[in-house]
Formats: sequence, structure tokens, C-alpha cells
Amino acid sequence: MIEAVGLTKRYGAKTAVYNLSFQVRPGAVTGFLGPNGSGKSTTMRMILGLDQPTSGHVTIGGHPFRQLPNAPRQVGALLDAKAVHGGRSARNHLLSLAQLAGIPARRVDEVLGVVGLQDVAKRRSKGFSLGMGQRLGIAAALLGDPQVLLFDEPVNGLDPEGILWVRNLMKKLASEGRTVFVSSHLMSEMALTADHLIVIGRGQLLADMSVKDFISANSADFARVRTPQTAPEQREKLTGVLTEAGGQVLSEPDGAMRVTGLALPRISDLAHDADVRLWELSPHQASLEEAYMRMTQAAVDYRSTEDQLAGLQQPVPPGYAPPQPVIPEVPQQGWYAPPPPGQNPYAGAPAAAPVAPQAAPAVPPAAAPAPAPAAAPDLTKRENDEDAR
Amino acid sequence: MIELEGLTKRFGTKVAVDHLSFQVRPGVVTGFLGPNGAGKSTTMRMMLDLDNPTSGRVRIDGKHYRDLEEPLKYIGALLEAKAMHGGRSAYNNLLCLAQSNRIPERRVAEVLDTVGLTSVARKKSKGFSLGMAQRLGIASALLGDPEILMFDEPVNGLDPEGIHWIRNLMKALAAEGRTIFVSSHLMSEMALTADHLIVIGQGRLLADTSMADFIQRNSRSFVRLRSPQQERLRDLLHEHGYQAVESGNGTLEIDGATTESLGELAARHQLVLHELSAQRASLEEAFMQMTAGAVEYHAHGTDVHPGTDSGPRWGDQAPRWGTTSQGK
Amino acid sequence: MASVPAVLQSEWTKIRTVSSTSWTLASALLVTVAMSAALCALMKATFDELSPAERATFDPTFISFSGMILGQLAMVVFGVLVVGTEYSSGMIRTSLAAVPQRATFLFSKIAVAAALALVVGLATSFLSFFLGQALLGEHRTTLGADNVLRAVIGGGLYMGLIALFSMGVAAMLRSSMLSLGILVPFFFLISQILSAVPKAKEVAKYFPDQAGAKIMQVVPEALNTEKAPYGPWGGLGIMLIWVAAALVGGYLVIKKRDA
Repeated sequence: MIEAVGLTKRYGAKTAVYNLSFQVRPGAVTGFLGPNGSGKSTTMRMILGLDQPTSGHVTIGGHPFRQLPNAPRQVGALLDAKAVHGGRSARNHLLSLAQLAGIPARRVDEVLGVVGLQDVAKRRSKGFSLGMGQRLGIAAALLGDPQVLLFDEPVNGLDPEGILWVRNLMKKLASEGRTVFVSSHLMSEMALTADHLIVIGRGQLLADMSVKDFISANSADFARVRTPQTAPEQREKLTGVLTEAGGQVLSEPDGAMRVTGLALPRISDLAHDADVRLWELSPHQASLEEAYMRMTQAAVDYRSTEDQLAGLQQPVPPGYAPPQPVIPEVPQQGWYAPPPPGQNPYAGAPAAAPVAPQAAPAVPPAAAPAPAPAAAPDLTKRENDEDAR
Repeated sequence: MIELEGLTKRFGTKVAVDHLSFQVRPGVVTGFLGPNGAGKSTTMRMMLDLDNPTSGRVRIDGKHYRDLEEPLKYIGALLEAKAMHGGRSAYNNLLCLAQSNRIPERRVAEVLDTVGLTSVARKKSKGFSLGMAQRLGIASALLGDPEILMFDEPVNGLDPEGIHWIRNLMKALAAEGRTIFVSSHLMSEMALTADHLIVIGQGRLLADTSMADFIQRNSRSFVRLRSPQQERLRDLLHEHGYQAVESGNGTLEIDGATTESLGELAARHQLVLHELSAQRASLEEAFMQMTAGAVEYHAHGTDVHPGTDSGPRWGDQAPRWGTTSQGK
Repeated sequence: MASVPAVLQSEWTKIRTVSSTSWTLASALLVTVAMSAALCALMKATFDELSPAERATFDPTFISFSGMILGQLAMVVFGVLVVGTEYSSGMIRTSLAAVPQRATFLFSKIAVAAALALVVGLATSFLSFFLGQALLGEHRTTLGADNVLRAVIGGGLYMGLIALFSMGVAAMLRSSMLSLGILVPFFFLISQILSAVPKAKEVAKYFPDQAGAKIMQVVPEALNTEKAPYGPWGGLGIMLIWVAAALVGGYLVIKKRDA
């Protein structure tokens, strides 16, 4: 169990993390999400006692990290895969860690086997690929057989087999009753791995809820409906009926309809009554990415823009077709779509109380608006310093 | 258009790439997949004439790379994010490249703006985070407004907004008729981005096919039915020779059928269906199935076996590539 | 084919936009001038203590270049970094993707860097000479004296060629650390030590720095130097052969090896 209470970190005038309170519970994989520069790394470092909070505190199993008796046996962390002395072999690296923590040497060979590095255990880690470095970092985290595990971007550099393996490893660790806290930028990966989510933006808590709740709170489910291609009039008829019944109908690129606002049985009944045959009627839940984009849209640092191409109007290569604007038939998922009212903490006032039920008591609504306007602009360039350290 | 003919690369006795022949066509995003050590990077480097093939050749729009006049105007590549001089500013790094290929200087500011790095353009790239370095690399690929773009693991280090952006960028570039070739280990990301796939394992071509085909061929696909008149539906299916398997919560799974035929069948018999959906496996599962055996570092200790029970769930929460897909 | 002026312009941008260029070249100039000046001042103060033989072969031109022993190391660092950082930063792949004609790429880079090194070398040489002569007082010589102008221009050429040689070696070794690890001890220690060892000095005479340095001597057997079986231009020629060999080696490596 990891517990943060009113965690705040300032670097000079910059506020990296502000009044963050959350709990990471055992028995589940908790995902830690947020745009670059939102304070994720700083929070992780404070959990591990690498940075001192300016105010507030964070405990692991009731103790601050630095006061944990034999911390390596209780907490394992993968922060930076390359934080290894390159000249040492993988085995010796782990051995030195094990000796520091009084862990028997045979545990080293055990974890090397777990991560699949036993064949390269004697090689210097300097020659390791990013994926192998990542596996070595995971081995180090597992060394003390800890109850609490922290992973920062664990699948970085791994190949598909490795990604699948890490995902299953984390689920297995959680199912053994351990506390697993994972930060990642890969929404599709998180959707498959995490049970619970903690989302922060500009150093403040945006959400603390289950993955399922997070998705349904931040996006709309829809149904995909297809009518016989041979009978376009059926499609028109159905569109009319569905719209009349209060549904919204959009076109998908392949000619199917995307229907929101009506349950599947209702669509089925309406089609049946209208005597329209269906070739497809499938339920779709919005992706975690979409939900995440809607929630965090105000808290992004480097926003990309359209490519203007103004500087390159000349030499048109042979076979070059002039670019045509791509008009999506279906609204693009993500931050283009306005968030549902009341769901985006940045929608109304510059800063409002986080939506998460668990977080509400920790962040009194009266306190939040005061520091945020001052803090927010300062945070925009945090990523740089954070990663440079 | 990129064409590979019998491309082979040996390092001593090890064959990294083994008689690889394929074409990367314009107008679509082509995904390049393979386990670690499959020879993806070596292939991409040979495509850019950085590594010399032992035999075989690569043609870019019919020409050898070295014969391209000002190659950045034909092909832009992101190979590794940190392939820039750290002591030079982002702007100057791009300026050197632009000048070498006679690309107007204002294009530098333009691509920096495109990737969202204008505010740090004058900062030394040494201090960049991986995500920022990645954006700088993408800017260098876009610099010459090339018809062919190659990206190796483009989403590395990007945050969700960046991932979303690069995915849409690649799709938009392909929609303009450009050739987009992208390698990645992130199957879920590939499933959302690529239209066509080239899969290699141990240096050899394993598949060169459309995304939909690849998934269909390498995994189980079935139709899921849900109906308030389940008894009648089951009898009806049985009568017409369909094998229906019950999978809990009143749903039936039917292998080897299309939603079209089942929809017609239900309509003919006035059956109400509450769900009629085609279910396909994830790209990841299909990939695991195909490349099992071609993996270098196998992990042990957890009961993970690609393609068996540990695969992605079929349930509603598991994002399948089909959920956000545009019909392929 | 890639446009050579465009590539030259690009390489010039590369060189002027990294800080290592200014600090290596500035230290080459300052270290040489300062150390030469110091030795000239010392020589003036202790001239009377020299033996008659030493006084007879006193070479006021050569002594005003004595700081080059240290200053040339900064030139070595400059030459190595110009080529080596392409490899250490990974920029080489980006560069070669932009300019796949490897000869054009390498020789454009070397031409720009060598031109810059030559300009700084000449400035260093003239500054050292004038400052040194000013400090030598009555023992001084002038630019108009026999062979002096040749020696002063030769000093600039020597600095430029040292940088060129380093670029060739770095292109062969494809690593800044490795190149510096070999070149710095070679020029600063090995070459100096061997030239003092009886048998070895016959070989050391043909080292690039030993041979090339003869161009800066006006008096053939000046203070503390050995008689060489070649003249000043012959010495520079030997150095040129070394430089050419290093450049050809560097070119073959970049042409043949995978980037």
C-alpha cells in the first residue's frame, strides 16, 4: 500500500506537484497516467525517497521510504533502465544489489531466469539493447521479492513478446496480493494491464478510479450498425427511425453507422419494427486513450500543429499528388471532441476540484483555485529539467 | 515506393537478413513487424544505404539511394531519436540538414512548429527528453517534404497526446499518397495505424499482407450473437448447420460465419438480435501466433505462452483493433 | 549528385554551431602564443648562460613557436571532434542519409574544418612570432630575414596539417575517445620521448610532427634539435604523406564500413 497525503513539490518558483493525495492499494495493478511534465516522475521519486516533498508526505506500508526497515525487501522499482554501471555484468550488478540488501546469491540467478537473461548474465550490460536493459531493471525490482513494486514505462524497448510478458507479470504480481504501481504513456497497453487508474495533470490529481469507470465517465459508448449494402433505402429508413427515437447517427468510413444514445436492444427493436434487416449490430466501448485525451486536454506541454509546407512549394517530385484535406466522416477520437459537461476539471474555471470521488476530501474545493493560476504557467517547461536529472 | 530485391546481410557467419524481397507501396501506412533480432533495424539501415547489403538491392522510386539527388526530398527517416549532435540547438541541427539538401531555411522553423518544438528551438538538443528528441527526429524526417517516410519506433518516449498526434500524422501523410513505412513493437499501436503489414522473423519474410488478412489468417474469428429468443435462435442455427457455442451471459459464438449471412437468416425468421458482431483477435495475438519460435530472449517464471490462455481477453473492455477500425 | 557548395555550407553550419569549435581553436591559439611568449622571455633572461655552441645555433624564429608542443594538442582535439562527434552523437546516420555520397560528405567536412584550422594556425603562427620577437629584445630576428617568412607560414601550415591528420585518424577509428586516446599521448609523449632515445630517434625523425616541425626552423641544427636527413620542405612533405595516408584510410573506412 502506497499512501500520499497532500504531497507537494516546488522547485524554486515552479510547482511540480501540488497537494496530491491518493492511495495505491494491494491486489491490483494501478496505472499512473499524465502528460509529459505533469509531475509523474517527481511523484515516483518522492515515493522512493529520492526527492524530499516540499510539504505533505508519502508512505509505503505506513512508513516513509527512508525509514523502511530493509527497504529493498519491501519495495522494488524500475525507474530508469540505463541506471546500471555499464562495465559490470548483469549478474554482478544484481549480486551487488543483493549483497547490499542481504539477499542470498541464488535469488540473483532466480530473477535472471524470470526475466529471461540467464544466457547473457555474464555479459557486460553496456552492450545491452534497451529491451535487455529493461529486463535487467525488472530483475532488480523483483530481487527482494517485495510487496510493493513501482514501474516507470516498463515496456520501453521491449518487443511484442516482451510486452506481453511484462503485462502478464504485472497482473500476476497483483494477483499475488502485491501493490503494483505502473506509469506509462501507452494507453492501449494500460487498458490491457491496469485495473485502477490515477491520472494527474499539472501536478494535480485529475482522477482516481477504476479503468472501467474512467472510460465510461469520460467518453461515450456507441453501437456499430450495418444494413445490407444492396439496399441503401434500408439504411436511410433506419437512420430516420433511429434519429427520431433520439439517437445520433454518424457514418463510418466503410458505410456502417455509428449510433450513440440508444441501447443495442432498442436499436434492434426499432430496426425490427421498421422492417430493416441488420448485417451488423455490435457494441463498442470507447478506448482508454479517447477517455484520457478528453480529460487531460488542457494539460499538455508540446502541442503539435499542422504542417504548413510553405517553405517547400517548389520541386514537386514525379508522381506527386497535391495534398488533399482529409475529411473524417467520423469525428476523430480524442481531444477534438468536447468533453462531456462537468467531466473535465479544466472546462470551467482554470482549476476546479478533481472529479475523483476518493480525492474530493483530500483537496478541498476552496483551496484548489487559489494556487493553480500561478502554478500552471510555470509548469509548462518542467519536463526538460525533470528528465535531465 | 520502396522495392527490396533479395536483400541479404551477413555479419560474419550470422545471417541478419536473408533474401528479403518486398515492396512498400504509396498511399498506405505499412507496418514493419518482427521480434527483437529479426533484422528490422538492419533492413531499415540498408534501405537508407547506411549499411551495405551482402547481396541484393534496395530501390527508392526505382533508383539506388546513392543516386538520389538531394535524398531528403525523396525520403525522410527517423531511425533513432538521439541521432543529432547534442551540443547544437534543435534549430541548427535541422539547419545543417536543410542546407546539405538545398531546402529553404524557413522550412526549418516550419517543421519545428509542426512537431511542437518552436519554444525550445534554440535550446541545445542535449537537454531534450526522449519525447522531445523523438519530435526533433520526426521534424528532420519531414524537412524535405518527402514522398517516402520511414519511422523506426516513432512513439518511443512520446506522451499520449504525442502518440495520438504521430498516428494521425502518419495516416494523413499516407492519405496524401505518400509511402509510409513504420516499424514498431507496439501491436496495439500498429493495429490503429497500419493498413498493410510486413512481418519478418530471423531475417526472412513471414508475411506481406493487409492488416485484416493477417489477423484473419493467424487467429480465430467468429460472430457473436445475442438474442432475447435464444432457444429459437439456437435451433435455427443448428438447422442451418452452424456450430454455435454458448459463452455465458446469453451470447452465442459462431465460427466460420459472416455477420451478413446470419443477419439475413435472422431477418428471414423474424428473430430479434441484440447483438450481431464480428469478433477478431487482436493484432498482438495474431503476431504471437505467427512468430512463436522466432524470439530471442524468452522470459520464464510466469506461465506466459503466446497464443494460449494468456492472450488478450475477448470481452468488451479489451480494445480490439476492430473497435476503432474503419472497415478494411 | 549532392551539390558540393550545399554540402560545404551545411558543414560550415555544423562547425560554427558547436561550442567545441571555438574553445579548441581559441585554446590552440592562446596556449601556443602564451607558452611561446613565456619561453622567449625566459630565453632572453637566460641567454648569457648559454654555451657558445648553443648561442651559435640560436634560432629566434623557432623558439617563438615552442608553445606549439602544447598548442598542437588543442588542434588535435579540434580535428578529432569535428569528425568524431558525428559518430559519438549518432549524427553520422542522419548526415549520411542526407548526403549518401560518402566522399562528398567526408571531404566537404574535412575541407571546411581544414580551412578553418589553417586560418587559425596562421594567425597563431604570426602572433607567436611577433610577440616572441618583441620579447627576445636584442636577440630578435625579423620577417624579412632569410627563410623567416617561410618558417612563419610553415608554422601555420603545420597547425593545419596536424588538425587534418587528426581528422583522418578519427575517420579511421570512428570514435573521439579512441582517437584522442591515441593521438594525444603520441604527440605529447611518445614522439617527444622517442626523439631523445638514441636508436629510436632515427625512426622518430619520420614521425609527422617531428618531420613537419622542421619547416619552422630557420637554423638547421637549432638549439636542442637533431640534424635531419631532409630539409624543411622535405620534412613538410613527409608530414603531408602522413596526412594523405590518414585521409585515404579515413575515406576507405567510411566508404566500406556500415554507418
